[in-house]
Amino acid sequence: MALKTEEMVLNMGPQHPSTHGVLRLELVIEGEIIKSVTPHIGYLHRCFEKHCEVMTYPQIIPYTDRMDYLASMCNEFGYVIAVERLMGIEVPERVEYIRVIMAELQRIASHLVAIGTYGADIGAFTPFLFCFRDREKILNLFEITCGARLLYNYIWIGGLMHDLHPDFIRLTKEFIKEFRPNLKELNDLLTFNQIFIDRTANVGILPAETAINYGITGPNLRASGVNWDLRINDPYSIYDRFDFKIPVGKGENGTVGDCWNRYYMRILEMEESLKIVEQAINQIPDGDVSSAIPKRVKPPAGQIYSRVENPRGELGYFIVSDGSVNPTRIKVRAPSFVNMVVFGELCKGHMVADVVAILGSIDIVLGEIDR
Amino acid sequence: MKNPEEIFEILKDKFGEVIIELFSDKPTESFISVAPLEIDKVCLYLRDKEGLNFKSLMNLSGIDDANGEKIKDENDNEIIQGGTLSVFYHLESIDLKHKVTLKVSTDRENPEVASVEEIWRAADWHEREAYDMFGIKFLNHHNLIRILMPYDWEGGYPLRKDYQNPEFYKGMKVPY
Repeated sequence: MALKTEEMVLNMGPQHPSTHGVLRLELVIEGEIIKSVTPHIGYLHRCFEKHCEVMTYPQIIPYTDRMDYLASMCNEFGYVIAVERLMGIEVPERVEYIRVIMAELQRIASHLVAIGTYGADIGAFTPFLFCFRDREKILNLFEITCGARLLYNYIWIGGLMHDLHPDFIRLTKEFIKEFRPNLKELNDLLTFNQIFIDRTANVGILPAETAINYGITGPNLRASGVNWDLRINDPYSIYDRFDFKIPVGKGENGTVGDCWNRYYMRILEMEESLKIVEQAINQIPDGDVSSAIPKRVKPPAGQIYSRVENPRGELGYFIVSDGSVNPTRIKVRAPSFVNMVVFGELCKGHMVADVVAILGSIDIVLGEIDR
Repeated sequence: MKNPEEIFEILKDKFGEVIIELFSDKPTESFISVAPLEIDKVCLYLRDKEGLNFKSLMNLSGIDDANGEKIKDENDNEIIQGGTLSVFYHLESIDLKHKVTLKVSTDRENPEVASVEEIWRAADWHEREAYDMFGIKFLNHHNLIRILMPYDWEGGYPLRKDYQNPEFYKGMKVPY
């Protein structure tokens, strides 16, 4: 007699450690096989866009910190670039260099969390502690720069809150020297660990065509073999002055666009970010970091869509100004929000346990999905 | 690589009346205004036509133009009657490296726009968000429900300029 089977609906979350925040996944499963996944979001909705309409442009900067709270510097960076383009402000060289250094250090810190928690999600707890040990050093660098460890309000429209700490350059050089061997250690421990590879290779394969159609950006898109990085392809700030490569997924262990590739992109990107930081601290010129800060931020009437490469992909700000001190509308194109759409597609046909592996490899931050 | 003027000419030749106008006043980025119910055909053409290749949708954003008449309702709250709601589409071609912005404006009382969700799957959640926040109905969207607000939210569309905070949610007093 055949065993009677039927589909079952299973709720994963909203309070679940591997959903990286408050996310509810509605899984329809048949035995262990996923039939469909529906993500339910909005548990962290804090009305960012509504708040923006009643605040002045500089007041919005601390709010942008709180979207992707693992990459606050990059969020501020994107926002101030958008406002500066709208107002036509040229910022001093030194400011550009400091911004790039901060954004790249933040990228490393953000990727360390992504990698560490990914390991923890699928059962490797030691790399998590190693990653957080290294991230701590970057947070210390941020702390001596602006006093805060997570939410900085450091990058201002037209300049910076204040100049670098006298020790910053020395400590950053020390950090780079210490971090390079740690990265190799992390590779030995996790990246090329056969258990880890068996767990993640050939799982959740995302072909390039699908990725582009779904609007996937950042490391997830590059893991699918598309050479696309806004720092090179639509350069902003001074990224065209540095020598660095864009890692692209090659499918060394499995198929192009699988979970392992998405994970590995982040390892390779950290190395490239180190190169950028190294070049930037060697070239940094002297100057005044507050000379271009406008007394009154009042952009002319108009609209602009401006974007930067965040650790998780393309972060876009669509700003509509009516010529007053408050924006009429700010829409944030959060990379995690768009990357999440494909998630249901990726999970189909996999096992329940793979949902966690796929979700971790997309690397979402619910703070910016829900805004 | 084509600039917005060339793309506007191509679209004007192909679609005629549907393509309304090209705005290019600085400092605004130039955008092409399109009829709301034909936007899906225009987008499909932009995606598949050789030499245009707009394979990706960067962003889709609703906006309340608030250009209607401001009147007071019975509770002395200011509401907006008439005017338009708009949607901006930011398209990009990864292989040809050009960008274009489209805009549709639709009636505020009965906002209907053709969905582009089947052309770019990226539009799925963006359109749901625009519906959630502005009440813009995307025709032929397969699952047009609220996304960030609770599914059973009855307080209206929060990003409209005349939105009033509801006093109660499901019989519970909302503290402010």
